[in-house]
Amino acid sequence: MSDNTAHDARPPYLRHHFNSVEQQADTSTFAMWLFLLTEVMFFGGLFTAYLIYRNWYYPAFVAASHQLNVVWGATNTLVLIFSSFTMAMGVWCAETRRRKGLVLCLSLTFILGLGFLGIKTIEYREKIEKHHVPGFHYSMQSFLDPQSDPEVYAEYQDKPLQPDMAVHTEVYFSLYFLMTGMHALHMIIGIGILGFMILRARAGAYTSGHVTFVENFGLYWHFVDIIWIYLFALLYLISRHA
Amino acid sequence: MSSDTIVRLPDQATASIPKMNYLTKENGILSWLLTGDHKRIAILYLISLSFFFFIGGALAGLIRLELLTPQSDLMATDTYNKVFTMHGVIMIFFFLVPSVPATLGNFLIPMMIGAKDLALPKINLLSWYLYMAGGLLALYTMAVGGVDTGWTFTTPLSTHYVNTNVLTTGLAVFIAGFSSIFTGLNFIVTIHKMRAPGMTWFRLPLFVWAHYAASILMVLATPVVAISIVLIALERTIGIGVFDPTKGGDPLLFQHLFWFYSHPAVYIMILPGMGVISEVISTFSRKRVFGYTAVAFSSVAIAVFGFFVWAHHMFIMGISNYAVLVFSLLTMLVAVPSAIKIFNWTFTLYKGSITFETPMLYTFGFMGLFTIGGLTGVFLGTSGTDIHLTETYFIVAHFHFVMVGGMLMAFLAGIHFWWPKITGRMYPEKISQLAAVVTFIGFNFTFFPQFILGTLGMPRRYASYPPEFQILNVFSTAGATILGVGYLLPVLYLVWSLKYGAVAGDNPWQATGLEWQTQSPPLTENFTEMPIMDHEAYDYEWLENQERKKESGVTSVG
Repeated sequence: MSDNTAHDARPPYLRHHFNSVEQQADTSTFAMWLFLLTEVMFFGGLFTAYLIYRNWYYPAFVAASHQLNVVWGATNTLVLIFSSFTMAMGVWCAETRRRKGLVLCLSLTFILGLGFLGIKTIEYREKIEKHHVPGFHYSMQSFLDPQSDPEVYAEYQDKPLQPDMAVHTEVYFSLYFLMTGMHALHMIIGIGILGFMILRARAGAYTSGHVTFVENFGLYWHFVDIIWIYLFALLYLISRHA
Repeated sequence: MSSDTIVRLPDQATASIPKMNYLTKENGILSWLLTGDHKRIAILYLISLSFFFFIGGALAGLIRLELLTPQSDLMATDTYNKVFTMHGVIMIFFFLVPSVPATLGNFLIPMMIGAKDLALPKINLLSWYLYMAGGLLALYTMAVGGVDTGWTFTTPLSTHYVNTNVLTTGLAVFIAGFSSIFTGLNFIVTIHKMRAPGMTWFRLPLFVWAHYAASILMVLATPVVAISIVLIALERTIGIGVFDPTKGGDPLLFQHLFWFYSHPAVYIMILPGMGVISEVISTFSRKRVFGYTAVAFSSVAIAVFGFFVWAHHMFIMGISNYAVLVFSLLTMLVAVPSAIKIFNWTFTLYKGSITFETPMLYTFGFMGLFTIGGLTGVFLGTSGTDIHLTETYFIVAHFHFVMVGGMLMAFLAGIHFWWPKITGRMYPEKISQLAAVVTFIGFNFTFFPQFILGTLGMPRRYASYPPEFQILNVFSTAGATILGVGYLLPVLYLVWSLKYGAVAGDNPWQATGLEWQTQSPPLTENFTEMPIMDHEAYDYEWLENQERKKESGVTSVG
């Protein structure tokens, strides 16, 4: 490849150290996958802790998981799956150079992301009110005396836990807040980047052939989505199998 | 020694440093702080790393000074705890982990594979800023009172019992961890996607293979230490209970998570050093590295095995006997690829035309000391002897043989070897040979007595010790003084050589790597035209043909 012709063909977004647009796109997508791998390892530490403690303290984990609202959890799962769909549509719009479609899809993803966080806030608030946040104000009243918590009792009729098992519900809630909190943090970062992308997309970015950023963000968004699907199954549905 | 050399310098009367190079391209402090050039970022790293190394070294000096006498008299025992903790934190997270990869790796990997830059230059710069943020935070912690948990942050000590700056130190390590993740990620992507035409995987210099293996570890292991530090922080601030036995948590879980990173981390530290050794041994024996493929795969094997040996740090912590058995066996296995490397380097020397320039002297130091360090590792991997030796000075000596005797020797070998490429000037040969010998002698004086102290039962991490151990401790402290001189010398003469060193020319060592086939210091884009790799790595005949062609006036692409 002679230097001159290569220079003429270089679009402005091709960085100086790459030879071709394909190489550049390939490279950043590969980097994104690797980054997601580090994220898997990051969450992996928490999943390991969950696995161990769930095996040790199964009754406490079951009783504590009954404090979660499966309806809210399922709703949130649907919200996220739908947001992944709108995100995928956004990537398609960028690839086919539809500016309006891209802005619409990104905005929908943005709103759905906020919706997810809104529902999460409702759930967190309930935990705070019942003193189920681990730390200094933690109360295991609901597990020592399930009838003191009539709503949950009406649904599950849990038997009281022995105090030495009930104390382990705090470990469950630690993991619950850690894992969902870490996930929510990733959502917040994602929503921030989405906001930035919407502004840029309105100005015409991403629809002129350079779609790597949207594609890579899409990967991130789907990854965060998948993490949630695992969390939903592991935290909400512990005792719900045949 | 001096008559027998391969150094080939241009005629000093006419030679000059090329006017256009990566150092002169732009001027001003901002052109450095905002640079995307992997070579400039490597220089930034080199300066800041050396800074942290000398702080960590000063702390080591304080430790050795305190241990001169059996009583704790230089400092209070609490202060001593803080000093050795900060020595460990700074040396491990701010020197050893980034040492070779962030400086030499950053500078050389793109050049060795024939690329213009690392794949992600901005991420590369970001990783330096993260490193600096973490490093300065660690220094701040030290200034406001320090931390005394040891560099391992072991629970429940770190979460329940100490009242020092665990949080800020943890945050510093957390930030530095991301710097390391980004470096590793950048290397993997670069090595996969940026190789020049003809540069197949089995034509890569072994330096690149070693960095590839180390990068896998950085990318996969570092996030785990990040999450365990988050857990420590939350345990300390709000008492979440994941590591708290009174709530059903398990303090051992922390150690599992921590060593899942920190054991691979020792391979993050040593593998890039092994890469340096391969390059130096080949160049100064004028031979292709014996068993290239075996050495390449042994790096990857070390990376893979390295993930499955972490619990050998916990043999006395109450893990099950079966776990001890399995982890002991796996630990023995990881010695195999390391031995493959040592044997192959030795065979490379066999019937080679060996010369003894400074990088080669450091390399010989590495091979001897790393072998001792590695073999004593086998003692510690054997559960029976480990129970006697762990938490004694035997451990201290073992990992200093590997890290200081191994890694630091390799780092210095590499710095000297590529100094002409980085700066365009030669370091002064005589005095640097002296420095290499002084370092070797000082090192053995410092750390060999500690093996004996350990077998005699002197525990680590105490400011005072029974008087019968004094004689060996005096030896060790005296050796540390010599070692200190050995480390100061290079700083002085390397800085001197920036101005007064002989002009090096493109390829003073007659080495085969692509990085040597371009001007020194290189251009910002490394090569004037894209190199095409049409020969195997370490092909000295190809190099001779190139030279002959140059002399007969035929210019060629390469």
